[in-house]
Amino acid sequence: MCGIVGIYLKSKKFEKDLGKMLSGMLINMESRGPDSAGFAIYKKEKKEEFKYSICINNLAFEKFKKGITGKIKFTTILKNSDHVILSSKEKPKKVLDILNEFKGVSLVGYGKSIEIFKQIGNPKDVVKKFNLENFSGTHGIGHTRMATESAITTDGSHPYSTGSDECLVHNGSLSNHNNLRRNLTKKGINFKSDNDTEVAAGYISNHLSSKKNLKETLMSGLGDLDGFYTFITGTRKGFAIVRDEIACKPAVVAETKDYVAIASEFQAMAHLPGVNMAKIFEPEPGVVYSWGN
Amino acid sequence: MKLDLRKLKLRKVNETLQSIDQKRNNKSYTILNPEGNHAICAGLTDDIDVTIKGHVGYYCGGMNQNANITVEGNVGTGVAENMMSGKIHVKGNASQSAGATAHGGFLVIDGDASSRCGISMKGIDIVVKGSVGHMSAFMAQSGNLVVCGDAGEALGDSLYETDIYIKGRVKSLGADCIEKKMDNKHLKKLDKLLKKAKLDKLKSKDFKRYGSARKLYNFKIDNVSNY
Repeated sequence: MCGIVGIYLKSKKFEKDLGKMLSGMLINMESRGPDSAGFAIYKKEKKEEFKYSICINNLAFEKFKKGITGKIKFTTILKNSDHVILSSKEKPKKVLDILNEFKGVSLVGYGKSIEIFKQIGNPKDVVKKFNLENFSGTHGIGHTRMATESAITTDGSHPYSTGSDECLVHNGSLSNHNNLRRNLTKKGINFKSDNDTEVAAGYISNHLSSKKNLKETLMSGLGDLDGFYTFITGTRKGFAIVRDEIACKPAVVAETKDYVAIASEFQAMAHLPGVNMAKIFEPEPGVVYSWGN
Repeated sequence: MKLDLRKLKLRKVNETLQSIDQKRNNKSYTILNPEGNHAICAGLTDDIDVTIKGHVGYYCGGMNQNANITVEGNVGTGVAENMMSGKIHVKGNASQSAGATAHGGFLVIDGDASSRCGISMKGIDIVVKGSVGHMSAFMAQSGNLVVCGDAGEALGDSLYETDIYIKGRVKSLGADCIEKKMDNKHLKKLDKLLKKAKLDKLKSKDFKRYGSARKLYNFKIDNVSNY
């Protein structure tokens, strides 16, 4: 199963409420995914800085901070439960190399505006743990997981991010992910888990880095990614949704003048302001819908 | 009588509607704040009128017998699934598998229905005022599917004896589904269904009829070596 949700704000009206809106959606989608939950929030970017979302697991924050000081020049380091948001003006490659070698922590995403938090546990608890309600931002996507093809771990949780400011959530399963993973590894993309969605995220990042836009990338994904899926992908400027051509995995879109909301089921968005007056539709199979990109 | 799903649990609402005392109870009900809940009005057996004010989730009116249900909004997957009799009127759009496996009754959808509308239908009459998605009437066995808009890919794949009437374009026909001649009896039957759906202005002669070529499910002696 799994539940996927997303909100893209078309106006500034709800920027302060973004976390609250997304939080209600995730909690409602517990019925589709009680094993783990996660979310990516896009905030206004700081031009020269990159933010790194790091899960420090059981490592004490002070110990991590001490370990990283001197190795990476950072401007701020903020703790949020077992995650840390580190901001730095250094080049991403250097920072990523250091973080990837740092034992006991895992980088869950990075970019100029994205912050990602994900953890095992009931969506209600995960949302509370990271205080999602207090987040503001321009758009966000989230996921509640019912684990099928890989273990219930932080690395097995969504959203997946394999490129700057890119993230992906997925409801479904891919059947050709092992082959794709081998091909993408040869192209220099690193994978942390055996998870199929991580491969799809890598595929998207690889295409985006070769100057294809998100819509083109997802269109070619329809031919290359074999399996069942509804994907929501986020980029710095917006997000997109695509369903495979069989379209067994559900999705509903509600669009008002202020926002676009996507969820696996309508009930996840029933609490959103003005949703009963929204234009509500089901994305057609094999069609890419995007906003803000 | 009003039943508010913000105040009452779904189970309580369904129980109330499932245990009607025909002599004492009200016969007209309104459900408020459905908020996308699943299985609203599932398993009703009495001749009552229920109006749902808003969008509902999966399997609305599933297994319905006798009840007349109106949804003033969109419905999720499997509206009227396995309906036996009665009527369900959806004023918005329907998600996939509308009227799946239903044995009888009447389902009207004012908007569009997505994929697999009428999958494995077994006697229900479905009228969709908009269009239907891919694989509609897949393995449909009996009853009628009327679509006033277009039909998606693989219409009527592996079809048995359901009659399909489409006014608009058909993207493609599924295995063993063919266009068939519209006889007088079909025109009459279609007129009756259109009238029942309050679509008197539409003319049955503007529709095309599709049905089974009966090559897939009838045993042919030529194929004996394949078994």
